[in-house]
Amino acid sequence: MLTVERLEVRYGGIHAIKGVSLSIARGQIATMLGANGAGKTTTLRTISGLVKASRGTIRFEDVELTNRPPHEIVALGVGQAPEGRMIFANLTVKENLEMGAYLRKNRAEIQNDLDFVFSIFPRLRERIKQPGGTLSGGEQQMLAIGRALMTRPRLLLLDEPSLGIAPILVKTIFEKIQEINRELGMTILLVVETGELMIEGKASEIAKNEGVRKAYLGET
Amino acid sequence: MGVHATKVVLLAAIAISFIVSLFQSQINPYFLQIIIYIGINIILATSLNLINGYAGQFSLGHAGFMALGGYTGAVVSTTLGATPGGSSAVIILPLALVLGGIVAALAGLLVGIPSLRLRGDYLAITTLGFGEIIRVVIQNLDFLGGARGFTGIPKLTNFFWVFSVVSITVFVISNLVNSSYGKGFLAVRDDEIAAQAMGINTTKYKVVAFVTGAFFAGVAGGLYAHFVSYINPQQFSFIRSIEIVVMVIVGGMGNTPGVIIAAALLTILPEALRPIAEYRMVIYSLSLVIIMITRPQGLFGRELSLRSLLGRLRKQAMPV
Repeated sequence: MLTVERLEVRYGGIHAIKGVSLSIARGQIATMLGANGAGKTTTLRTISGLVKASRGTIRFEDVELTNRPPHEIVALGVGQAPEGRMIFANLTVKENLEMGAYLRKNRAEIQNDLDFVFSIFPRLRERIKQPGGTLSGGEQQMLAIGRALMTRPRLLLLDEPSLGIAPILVKTIFEKIQEINRELGMTILLVVETGELMIEGKASEIAKNEGVRKAYLGET
Repeated sequence: MGVHATKVVLLAAIAISFIVSLFQSQINPYFLQIIIYIGINIILATSLNLINGYAGQFSLGHAGFMALGGYTGAVVSTTLGATPGGSSAVIILPLALVLGGIVAALAGLLVGIPSLRLRGDYLAITTLGFGEIIRVVIQNLDFLGGARGFTGIPKLTNFFWVFSVVSITVFVISNLVNSSYGKGFLAVRDDEIAAQAMGINTTKYKVVAFVTGAFFAGVAGGLYAHFVSYINPQQFSFIRSIEIVVMVIVGGMGNTPGVIIAAALLTILPEALRPIAEYRMVIYSLSLVIIMITRPQGLFGRELSLRSLLGRLRKQAMPV
């Protein structure tokens, strides 16, 4: 569904991404892991057009996305909840969600999706008239995901959905992401920085570990 | 209010302007002058509010757009030889105003382009510089009178023209920002990156705001030129731009009714303070400082609408 090939990004003199390639199949939840500064957010922002690629290609469902303006990429079916949530602080929860449906015309479908967002995040319904800026971090994250869903994407990009929210909510958020994937069959590309420490040891020993080989090297 | 209802209001407002203008000769000329200035300032402030308040692009170049409209209009009407009271004025003045608006709008397009890359303070300084460039260029153009100014502009502006343009400006800008299209302005103002992520073409919105705002500033300049009949570059210095910005901030950024009231109040205030002579501007400045300390969101904030105002009054009237 999404194929990125040898993507390179430069910010002025800084070489932020040096040749990233990845591909995601329809209906999958793909996760990009990596340390702070590894270029995960930049990769995501380049896919959504917020950052210009200096080399490489991005293809989505046989359409070339590379260096198109962001609003065209949204129209083609790639939605995103950007890093740091970026809620419209002065608009209410409802207005934020409606802004997600900015490009859409069919009112019945919009209402349907609004109901879906409220069914997975009931908290948002309780806060419907509250300005986005007054929500807690976790609620803002729900709103950011909900707002991205309102663009009705076929591919949803989520940048660090667990960043800066109460630990108790992190699990809920990830469950909801799985629910979205299951219910809507939506393809999701997730960027996560912090993971749990699963295995420790010398590099050579880890490389022999069966689980690691399966998870990271694609062995079966 | 739907577009249909606002259209009715617009036509009614123009009709009222026409009726009032029939009695214009009976109004004290001093008061008439203040009323005309109020109208012109409302046009300037509401159009700047589109750029600064709704689209969130801090512009300090409004006087420059006004100058372009004023000078263009003056050239048009003097070339065509309009005379006050003559029947040709009915065609020539609108033509002069629209051409003035178009020239200003083209300049707005030109200023809009840096706004795509610059933000906040940087944009403010760029637009300020742009406004000053316009002024200095005019100052050095001999056929426009240079620093001596442009004399002999026919006095065609009257109550009817000013308040018809006020009505049209408010109509166009309110419909623009209240439409489903206009919600994009609010998104651009709140968070540009998030707006892009929603599929909003932020470039287009910023340019539309600058071009529309500049157009009406140009028309206001034309009305001004045809009212005072003599213009010179000093009248369009950046101090003029700042006066308009103050009206927008005092009225509440992105609040059209608030900005209209503030434009009227801040036009009247210096005149009302005339009896105290040299203390006048001290009091004027002091009241601005007090307003900003006590009401940093502007006198009326972002929320003033007739409905919310009525709701508040009703709440106060009914003791709980």
